[in-house]
Amino acid sequence: MSLAFDDYGRPYIILRDQGQKKRMKGLEAYKSNILAAKAVANTLSSSLGPKGMDKMLVSPDGDVSVTNDGATIVEKMEIQHPTAKLLVELSQSQDAEIGDGTTGVVVLAGKLLEQALTLLDKGIHPLKISDGFDRACDVAIKHLETISEEIDIQANEHEALIQAACTALGSKVVSKRKRELGKIAVTAVLDVADLARRDVNLDLIKIQTKTGGSVEDTRLISGILIDKDMSHPQMPKEVNDAKICLLTCPFEPPKPKTKHNINISSAEDYKKLYQQEQQYFIDMVNLVKASGANIALCQWGFDDEANHLLLQNELPAVRWVSGTDVELIAMATGARIIPRFQEITPEKLGKAGCVKEVQFGTSNERMLVIENCQCTKAVTILIRGGSQMIVDEAKRSIHDAICVIRNLIKDNRIVYGGGSAELACAIQVLQYADEVSSVEQYAIRSFADALEGIPCCLADNCGLNPITSVAQAKSRQLKENNPRIGIDCMELGTTDMKEQRIYETLSSKKQQIQLATQVVKMILKIDDVIAPDDY
Amino acid sequence: MDIVGNVLPQVLKDEATEDKGEMARLQSFVGAIAVADLVKTTLGPKGMDKILKPTGPGQEMTHITVTNDGATILKSMYVENPAAKILIEISKTQDEEVGDGTTTVAVLAGELLREGEKLIQKRIHPQHVIAGWRIARDVALKRLRDISTENDINSQEFHDDLVKIARTTLSSKLITSDRNYFADLCVKAVLRLKGSSNLDYIQIIKLPGGTIRDSYLDDGFILKKQITIGCKRRIENAKILVANTAMDYDKIKIYGTKVKVNSMDKVAEIEAAEKEKMKHKVDKILKYQPTVFVNRQLIYNYPEQLLADSGITVIEHADFEGMERVAAATGAEILSTFDAPERSQQVLGHCDLIEEIMIGEEKMIKFTGCKKNEACTIVLRGASTHILDEVDRSIHDALCVLITTVKNKRVVWGGGNSEMQMAAACEEEAKKVQGKQAFAIEAFARALRQIPTIICDNGGYDSAELIQNFKVELQKGNNTCGLNMTDGTIGNMSELGVKECLRVKEQALMAASEAAELIMRVDNIVKCAPRKRERA
Repeated sequence: MSLAFDDYGRPYIILRDQGQKKRMKGLEAYKSNILAAKAVANTLSSSLGPKGMDKMLVSPDGDVSVTNDGATIVEKMEIQHPTAKLLVELSQSQDAEIGDGTTGVVVLAGKLLEQALTLLDKGIHPLKISDGFDRACDVAIKHLETISEEIDIQANEHEALIQAACTALGSKVVSKRKRELGKIAVTAVLDVADLARRDVNLDLIKIQTKTGGSVEDTRLISGILIDKDMSHPQMPKEVNDAKICLLTCPFEPPKPKTKHNINISSAEDYKKLYQQEQQYFIDMVNLVKASGANIALCQWGFDDEANHLLLQNELPAVRWVSGTDVELIAMATGARIIPRFQEITPEKLGKAGCVKEVQFGTSNERMLVIENCQCTKAVTILIRGGSQMIVDEAKRSIHDAICVIRNLIKDNRIVYGGGSAELACAIQVLQYADEVSSVEQYAIRSFADALEGIPCCLADNCGLNPITSVAQAKSRQLKENNPRIGIDCMELGTTDMKEQRIYETLSSKKQQIQLATQVVKMILKIDDVIAPDDY
Repeated sequence: MDIVGNVLPQVLKDEATEDKGEMARLQSFVGAIAVADLVKTTLGPKGMDKILKPTGPGQEMTHITVTNDGATILKSMYVENPAAKILIEISKTQDEEVGDGTTTVAVLAGELLREGEKLIQKRIHPQHVIAGWRIARDVALKRLRDISTENDINSQEFHDDLVKIARTTLSSKLITSDRNYFADLCVKAVLRLKGSSNLDYIQIIKLPGGTIRDSYLDDGFILKKQITIGCKRRIENAKILVANTAMDYDKIKIYGTKVKVNSMDKVAEIEAAEKEKMKHKVDKILKYQPTVFVNRQLIYNYPEQLLADSGITVIEHADFEGMERVAAATGAEILSTFDAPERSQQVLGHCDLIEEIMIGEEKMIKFTGCKKNEACTIVLRGASTHILDEVDRSIHDALCVLITTVKNKRVVWGGGNSEMQMAAACEEEAKKVQGKQAFAIEAFARALRQIPTIICDNGGYDSAELIQNFKVELQKGNNTCGLNMTDGTIGNMSELGVKECLRVKEQALMAASEAAELIMRVDNIVKCAPRKRERA
């Protein structure tokens, strides 16, 4: 109890509102934290690997989503426990930094914590454990770099990239079409990639979803798809050789920002004002027309009169285009965003091969496609699927695949998947453990055990005997000195991951091990949890 | 508590639940199958209807819906079960994408899961089941496409096909006795669209009274509005100006304007100016020399009077869709400014005759002999609003299917023929596949065969015998055989003229298998604590 007594023997309270607080200390706190974090990791562990299962999540409002993506699962679980929340953040930071491997990182952290629990039972001090994990982590990272291989991303029509995308998509519900979707993702990324700077601006890839059809109907549009239609039902539905005028001012009389009043005191004023108003519309349309534009896209709305004037002048227009779309269109077509009608000049117009309206299904929903843009640096992936849940999950999966490809373009070193990299690291860490003479030796050994947990988990999910298959893979790795031996999840008959072509990026693997170790260290440092009782 | 007995700390919020493994799977199966069972009695020509009764205070007896349409039933249900929600979702998508087959898709997904459950009980891993289903789906899809036929869009055969398809779709609905009549009506309406797929241009007007047989497709176009009092009720050879403009008083649109006067005279002056402005606008409109003026917005007395004085018939307050339809039918342009009278020829719409007609007790405006004639009107009559609503839904289904067929052009035989063919294809494939997946492929075939089985059962026939005979007929190479639901025998579909649209079948197959796969892959259900709603 945090109750102390002063020199006269009177008790005084150290914590405010002590009665209403819940407090856990020492070993009890460690164990409670570890168990909570493990519970989250356990939930995720069955989602790992190509045969991992999905989770169905029901939101507080009753909406259903089905997903295999670690970061999405933990985010939507609405976890309450403070330590378990750390794992949520862990998964999210992996998502933000790398975009893929969000399940793996949580599972690894869970395995590490499991090991830490047994070490704690042995009476080893938490700090010693975390020290040991730290040192083991360094060894593992170094070894990862030595076993990594550089791949030629250009060779064989970007085959390596497609394979890596397939690995990322393999565990998702869309895995049946992984090859097609992988290709779409690779083409999309390469279209927008700046290969000289080895950088990819993912903002240029727009992922648009639309229910209906099936996942096979997903396609790549070398242009931009916006969920809008022409402002007037009788405007042409297709504009070829489009010169696009991109406006961020409404087709309405100006609204000065300064507060003002126009006082009308006579009939002449009234008439003048009316004429002025008409003139505004005519001027606006003329200015656009004069620049040679043959389609206007506007971020704001149109007045009915302006709308009709546009139709009369055969100038198709689109209103209420969202801000992000405006920027995307600007980048793709080379248009300058024009904030004032007076500033429209022919140079500021964007060019595209074709702007047309497309229609889906019977529900009369229309979208605009801008194709063959002048600077083709923006693409759209249109995802179709039987229901909202499938479409959403496909979107998350494609996002993962795109991230993997981007990472490969940034850094073309890969390691092999199927648990082979973890196994190789585990062997290396185990060797290193024997060289350490202090208590940390136990922690380092446990780290190796935790790394082995990943292939174990993979084998488990694929319906293989985890212990036998991991033992076999490990002994073959040692015997043949081949770090590419892993778990044959797809039952293809070979355990060499190079033959199965299961690629994972080095950066993702490194990040996984580092982040997991860091979080575990953090959890191990907590020895006192103070929380409101009714929390 | 975990297996060893350690007390686990609470990780999720209070009231949140997490179900794992078997429990989660059981939950999804039960939910999905329950939904499928609920709608399956509506399947087929002898399917039954459902009454949907709204909940909530004060509405107990109002707004009752009687329907046979899967999507409508599922949409109006409140379900808690997440897997059931997925089924409802695919049914909705089916409705949006092709408009028909909404029951089939839910039932097929449910049957797949029912078969899947049996496989799981046999200790086959869900991933193996999914692998098998994927093979089966591809095989089924291939067979489906192989057996479909295509006719040229302008040929008489294609036209016949459309009528047959409409008849098949309508046969499961309330209006089955009049299906020939309505099939013909729907086909004519769709052909009027000339390949456009905009359903908005087919207007359905529902008027209680008369019998269902009194419904008709108008040869012109009907606007559910009245001609303003004081105008001519019948205009021949009309020139129509369709506008969307303020005809009350023209607001000044410049921001921050205020009228500030210092004497009564000035007020009068401004009022006069305002009036003049209106008159000016009317004058400009008159320069177009229309004989009919249709406006989306209100028309105030003054301009109305001015227009009426010039002998123009005024129709005010037409809704947006109505306007678009008028524009589409008469070939008019929708105007908002009136500064280019020289374009009068281009912007005005034409029709031979506009007259006010009475249907039942309501006055409407009928446009006959329109220039473009792309929009049309179906007038539905019936004994009660419930019947009319259901007829509306049925007609909508039929129109959707027809439009889809016009786009896709490919058709298959109905009467369960396509399902049986697909099932046969899957069974052939199952014999060739090594490994456990074969069980799943067989299960897929069984699920497909359930569709005709349910149709038989709903008709009160001996499904076991019929389906077996059906199988035998197919095996003999009789590729056009199918269920004859009037006699309860296996009949020849080409003689009975039962056809269905390929696209509808395709979409149902794909959506159902995708949804079943999605549910099958789940091994964990996390339900968040429901959001607390504060009662007002």
